[in-house]
Amino acid sequence: MDITVNILLTIATAATPLLIAAIGELVVERSGVLNLGVEGMMIMGAVGGFGAGYLTGSPWIGLLAAVAMGAVFSLLFAVMTLSLATNQVATGLSLTLLGLGLSGMMGTSFVGQPGERLPNLDIPGLTSIPVVGRLLFGQDPIFYISIALTAAVMWFLFKTRTGLTLRSIGDSHTSAHALGIKVIRYRYLSVIFGGACAGLAGGHLSLVYTPQWVENMTAGRGWIALALVVFASWRPWRVLAGAYIFGAVWIGQLHAQAFGIPVPSQLLSSLPYLATVVVLVLISRNKRLTMMNTPASLGQPFVPDR
Amino acid sequence: MMRLELVKRPQRSMLFSALSPFIAFGLTIVAGAIMFALLGVNPLSAFRIYFIEPISQVWQLHELAIKAAPLILIAVGLSVCFKANIWNIGAEGQFILGAIVGSIIPVFFPQFEGPLVLPLMLLFGMVGGAAYAAIPALLKTRFGTNEILTSLMLVYVAQLFLDWLVRGPWRDPQGHGFPQTIQFNDSAILPELMPDAGRANWGFVFALVAAVAIWILMSRMLKGFEVRVLGSSPRAGRFAGFGLNRMVFFAFLLSGALAGLAGISEVSGAIGQLQPVISPGYGFTAIIVAFLGRLNPLGIVAAGLVLALTYLGGEAVQSALGISDKVARVFQGMLLFFVLGCDTLIHYRIRLIGLAAPKLEAAPKLKEAR
Repeated sequence: MDITVNILLTIATAATPLLIAAIGELVVERSGVLNLGVEGMMIMGAVGGFGAGYLTGSPWIGLLAAVAMGAVFSLLFAVMTLSLATNQVATGLSLTLLGLGLSGMMGTSFVGQPGERLPNLDIPGLTSIPVVGRLLFGQDPIFYISIALTAAVMWFLFKTRTGLTLRSIGDSHTSAHALGIKVIRYRYLSVIFGGACAGLAGGHLSLVYTPQWVENMTAGRGWIALALVVFASWRPWRVLAGAYIFGAVWIGQLHAQAFGIPVPSQLLSSLPYLATVVVLVLISRNKRLTMMNTPASLGQPFVPDR
Repeated sequence: MMRLELVKRPQRSMLFSALSPFIAFGLTIVAGAIMFALLGVNPLSAFRIYFIEPISQVWQLHELAIKAAPLILIAVGLSVCFKANIWNIGAEGQFILGAIVGSIIPVFFPQFEGPLVLPLMLLFGMVGGAAYAAIPALLKTRFGTNEILTSLMLVYVAQLFLDWLVRGPWRDPQGHGFPQTIQFNDSAILPELMPDAGRANWGFVFALVAAVAIWILMSRMLKGFEVRVLGSSPRAGRFAGFGLNRMVFFAFLLSGALAGLAGISEVSGAIGQLQPVISPGYGFTAIIVAFLGRLNPLGIVAAGLVLALTYLGGEAVQSALGISDKVARVFQGMLLFFVLGCDTLIHYRIRLIGLAAPKLEAAPKLKEAR
């Protein structure tokens, strides 16, 4: 029983950064913007979070720094694609490349240093309940943020007027503009929200998952988060399910490696990436589902006429 | 409070089309100077070490050519993809697979010598790269799967596959346990161009030939016209009877083959055996090269040399000033950012306006007819 609980806990820890980054990108894409810079914003969040935590000794300041770092870095993307109407695919790619380089440079002196870890929740009486206690009341704070964030985004997008407006912009920015909606302003805020989420996801990696700084420590998670959004056909609760499936794959292959299953470890390590491809193929085979949910103006630059 | 406003030009500005890479390079230099200053280094001496010293001697120019060759080879292939609005960003993986498949001959038949070895290896390399690129192309045409994500995921898979090969079945049994294959025999090594002057090998010639060939393809042949039409207006392309699916395969196979050629050339030229890591991210840097070169093969040759210099400069400042060689990646990322930003000037005029300012004139219609 204890082993099962432990495995479930590690799956939740592996799924949390994927979930947060993907939920952020979901909002961005719902507003009609495709930001391929998730990996770059995430790694910037990771290095910023680790650095601030390491320098101040407080993982909580690290957490805030991670969020701020992601948000500020995404602003670069926003100015380029929204104010200067650059190609979103290319700009997102360059954000990722820049983030990987910049984080490597900023983190040079952090390599090998012990980091600060965010403490797990510990409520006397509740956390010690057998089995469910640790699952419900004993996880890291970002886990709870991720669940709350998913619920909040779900409520925001589908139950509020502003959420409806945001989705309408994603489906037709010209119509939204004609109705007098501030398309660019909405998109700026969405992109920054996505950046903050990606930064938080990166902070989870360097403040909870493995509290240290390793170059390229995101290891493609930002890209997997992007794939999750497609997999979830732009629905928050499906992102949640997808993130946990991927968390399970990630943990499963680690356990398989630890148990010495007679399969090359490299094959096991490549499973999350192969699973992403397989899942993308499966979901895109269902053309109707994809067509119905893809924000219609996703990735198209918009220049308002006055 | 000020904000930017874009005003569509009646036609694309030839002036900015030509100037934009240079403006971008200038802005990168300015941003780089700020960065060096923040790091506590005198920007002028840093720039001398970064951009001048690595190319001040003949043998260093050869090193530049070695770094530029894979970048140019990959980027000219990618330029065809990007022109057609097809996003192959997995060139790094196709590079690795080209290197692996091309290495089959020297690894398994080390006693096979003679003039046939190299051409066969290069052919195998191109086939390997093209075959790996065919996967995202097939998934896109067959199931409509997003090629950006699939081609990228396959990069990680390729890296792990290479790692497994050189640590496992392909490891040199006499290699003292080092994760590498046997040293290729002399017939499997790409010859140097001028052995007395430096290390540059035939890979650079391949790159130049590929650039000229793609330039002819794009500007003088029907296929190039097809690429441009499908890229700028898929609808118009359909009316003209150009198949989008065929174009996806064409672009992916072509760019994959060139990336594969770059991979086997790198392994057989600069390295001489397979190792766990054979590329400092050439496949990704080539994306920057393609854009900096305006997706024009001849521009790409120049851009490839510039980006190759950023690699050499990164190594130089690391050894001279103790700055991380990641500074190269930062320069490359900034360069791409500025190029994309400057490209806006080709299609738009930028006006700064106050938020409260009244409307001055009737603005021309901005919507693009796509």
